[in-house]
Amino acid sequence: MSSPSICTPAALCHRPIAFAAKDGPALLLERLSELPRLHGVVPASRLEVRPALEMVSSGISEIDQLTGGLPRGCLSEICGPASSGRTSVLLASFASATQREEVCALVDATDAFDPVSAAAAGVDLERLLWVQCGLPNKKHDQEEDSFSHAKKIHSKERALTSEGKNYKLLERALRVTDLLLQSGGFGLVAIDLGDVPIQTARRIPLTTWFRFQRAVEYTTTVLFVVAQAPCAQTCASLLVRLQASKKLSVFGTQHSEQKKLSPTHTQLLEGIRVEGELLRSRMERKPSGSITAAFLTKTRVS
Amino acid sequence: MPFACIFVPDFPVEALLRAEPELRSQSVVVLEGKAPLQKVFALNEHARRAGVEPGMTKLQVEACAGLALRTRSSLQEAVAHAALLDCAQSFSPRVEDAGCDTILLDLGGLESLFGSLSKIARDVARRAFALGLKANVAVASNPDTAALAARGFRGETVIPAGKESEQLGSLLVQVLLESFCDAQEIEQFSETFSRWGVRNLRALAALPDVAISERLGQKGVRLQQLARGKTFRTLVPVEPPLVFEEAIELEYPLVLLEPLAFLLGRLLEQLCARLSTHALATQELRLRLKLEQGCHAEEIIEPTAHVETDAPARRGRVQARQPYCESESRKIFQRTLRLPIPMRDAKTFLKLLQLDLKAHPPGAPILNIYLSAEPARPRAAQGGLFLPPSPEPEKLELTLARIAGIVGENQVGSLELLDTHRPEGFRMKRFAPEMPRESVSRKEDKPAGNQEKANAVTALRIFRPPLRAAVTLRDGGPSRLACSGHRPIQGEIVWAAGPWRSSGDWWDQEGWARDEWDIAMQEETGIALYRLVRDLLSGGWYVEGTYD
Repeated sequence: MSSPSICTPAALCHRPIAFAAKDGPALLLERLSELPRLHGVVPASRLEVRPALEMVSSGISEIDQLTGGLPRGCLSEICGPASSGRTSVLLASFASATQREEVCALVDATDAFDPVSAAAAGVDLERLLWVQCGLPNKKHDQEEDSFSHAKKIHSKERALTSEGKNYKLLERALRVTDLLLQSGGFGLVAIDLGDVPIQTARRIPLTTWFRFQRAVEYTTTVLFVVAQAPCAQTCASLLVRLQASKKLSVFGTQHSEQKKLSPTHTQLLEGIRVEGELLRSRMERKPSGSITAAFLTKTRVS
Repeated sequence: MPFACIFVPDFPVEALLRAEPELRSQSVVVLEGKAPLQKVFALNEHARRAGVEPGMTKLQVEACAGLALRTRSSLQEAVAHAALLDCAQSFSPRVEDAGCDTILLDLGGLESLFGSLSKIARDVARRAFALGLKANVAVASNPDTAALAARGFRGETVIPAGKESEQLGSLLVQVLLESFCDAQEIEQFSETFSRWGVRNLRALAALPDVAISERLGQKGVRLQQLARGKTFRTLVPVEPPLVFEEAIELEYPLVLLEPLAFLLGRLLEQLCARLSTHALATQELRLRLKLEQGCHAEEIIEPTAHVETDAPARRGRVQARQPYCESESRKIFQRTLRLPIPMRDAKTFLKLLQLDLKAHPPGAPILNIYLSAEPARPRAAQGGLFLPPSPEPEKLELTLARIAGIVGENQVGSLELLDTHRPEGFRMKRFAPEMPRESVSRKEDKPAGNQEKANAVTALRIFRPPLRAAVTLRDGGPSRLACSGHRPIQGEIVWAAGPWRSSGDWWDQEGWARDEWDIAMQEETGIALYRLVRDLLSGGWYVEGTYD
C-alpha cells in the first residue's frame, strides 16, 4: 500500500479523504498523523491571552493600590460587617464614576442610602439612579388610588414574616438588577446587600450571579456588590474584605488619672480606620499571600 | 401653475378602514341613523358589486351575506380628515380644505423639489395610503379641473395644460353636478341635462354659451366653463392648528388590556406617521379613555370643547375639528406620559403605555379611546467616539417604567437635596441624566500613582424607618441601648459623642427638634458605630443609622 502523497492545505480542503472499508482504525490514525495541519485551525495551546481588563479608580487610593482599581465588565465584591467602611468605599466609587460623567445605578435592597453622605462624598446625584427595593413609606401608601393593586400588595407584604420580607426585598433587587444590566450603558451598577442577613444573601443561587457576570462581560459596566459576607463566590473577579480597626478614630481627651473619657460633648468621631484584605483577584494569577491595605475615612460635619 | 387634488372615494368607509385595514378586501357597509331605522350611508366597491345601494335599510342589507356592517363614526371621519390634511401639507404649504374628502394643493415651484407632476401625484397617493386612506390624485392647471378629475378618474391623473376639455370630456355630467352643486341643484340640472340628452362633459362643453345662459342662468354657464376646464380661481389656504390626535370609537366596551394594547398600537403608528410627515417628534402623550357610564372611574374630568371655525359648509363635508366630547360631563380616564426627550418610536410608546396601564388600570369598560401627542422638535444628538458610556434614552425610559412597575413609581429616580436641615431632606425626581459634555480621556480611568491622595468620607447607612430604642442614661449621656425589631441592637455603649442639637421649621406646623449622638457599641463582629437620635418633641429615642 503506497503512502499518501503530502498535499498542500489548499488542495486538502477540496480533496476528500477516502479509506477502504478493510483498512482498520490503525491505518486511519496513521494516515491522519501524516496529514499536514489543517489550515486556519489554531491549537488550544496557542490561543491568545484574553485582552487586559480596563480598570477604573475606586475613588480611594489605598483600595486602588490594593486591587489595581475596579475592573470594567466584571463583578466586584466588597464584604464586611457593619461599620467596616463598605458604604464609604461604595460612595467613593460612585463619586469617581460620576466625576467621569458616567451614569450609575444603585439597587438598594434595604433603602439604606443616605443622599447627604453621598453629596458629601462628591457623588453627582443627577447621574445616580437610586432604586429603593424596600416597602414604600406610609405617606405614599395613603396616596395610592383605589384602582391600583398597590394597596392589596402592601397589606399582603406587611403580613409577611421578617424572613419572608427579606426574600421579597431580595427578589425585587435581583429583578431590578437584571433590568438595569440588560438596559446597558451604565458605568457602575451597585447592589447594596449590606443590611440583608447573611443567611438570606447566601441563598441567592450561583446561577443568578453567573447571569449577572455574563451580562456585564464585554461591556464597560462595573458591577459592584456590597454585602456582609461573600455572596457571588467564583463569579466575582474581585473580592475584598473590609473590617474596622479595633481602635476608634475619635477626637477627645482622656483623663489619665481617673481613666475616664472626657465628657461626651467634647468627643468627636473623626472617622473609621478601615483595614482591607484582597481575597481574590482574577486580574492577577492569584494574590501572593494576604494583601492588605488600610485607610481612614473622614467624617464630614454637615 | 399646477394644482393637485386629493379625493378619497367612499370617505366614511375609508375613515373606518383606517382602524380596521383587514376589512379592505371585504364588502363594507356604513350605516347611519337610529335603530331600527338605520340606512346605508356609504359603502365600498365590493359592497356595490354585491348589490348594495345607498339608502337601503339595515334589514335589507343584512339579507346579503359576507357584508361587514359598521356604524358611521363622525369622530373617525374627523381624524381621517386631519390625516389627509397632514398628508397634503407634507407636500405643499398652500392647501385648501375643500371638503371632508377633498383637499386641494398648490404645486407651484414644487417640481424642482419633488420631481415631475406625475411623480408628485404618485407620491401623494402613496403617502395617503400609508396614512390608511386610498385616494385618487389629479393634477391640472387649475384647482376645479383637478377636483373634477380626481372625482372622476381612479388612481393618479395628470392633465397637461390646454388639454382640460379633451381629458374631462369622457366624465359623466353627474360627476360635475356632485362636485359643484347642492342637492336641489343636482336634481334640477340632472333632469334638465337628461331631457337634453347631455350625458358627458364633452356634450355639455359643446353646447352654445348664449343658449346655456338663457336657459340655465349663470350657474349653467359656470358648469359649462367647469366642463371645459376653463375656470381659474385662487386657493383659500387653510392653516389648521398643529394638533396630533387619533381616536377610535369602539363597537362594544373593552374590558381587557390586551385588545386595548392592540388598538393603541394602531393609533400610535398612525400618530407617529403623522408626526414624521411634519418632521416632528413628541415629548408628551395623552391617553384619554371614555369609560362606560355607571361604573366607578378614577377621575371625572370635564372635557373642554374643541371647535374650530369652519369655512363655508359644503355638501358632504364634515365639520372640521368637532369636539371629541359633548358639553355634558362624561367619565374620562386620563393618563399622561411625559418623556425625557422627544421621541417618535411607536413601539416604545406602546410599551410605556402598557406598563403604565398595568400599574394604573382604568377600572371600567372602555367605550372610546383618544390619543394625542404634544409636538416637539426631534432631538439632535451628536455622538462621539470618546464619550463615556450612557444608556440610550428610549431604552432607559422603558427600563425605568419596568422598574417602577416592580418597586413602585416613587421608589426609583434621582435625588435632589432640599435646602433644609430637616432629616430626610431630599426628594425623588425623574431620572434624566445630562449627556456627557466633553470627551473624557481614557487615561483618567486608570488609577494614577501620582494622583492626589483623597480620603474617603465616612458614610451613614440610614434605617428606614428609624429603629425605636430604649436608652439608659448615665451622667447625662447614653450608657446602654436596647433596640428590638428586625435588627436587634443591644448592649453597653462603649463610647459616645454628643449631643448635637438641631431644630427647624418651628414656624410651621411640622416643626422638629432633635439631639444626635454618635455612639460605639461592641458587637460580635467588632465595634459598630451608630447615630442615636432623641426626638425632643416626643421624647423618643431612635437609632437612625450606622456609620459604615
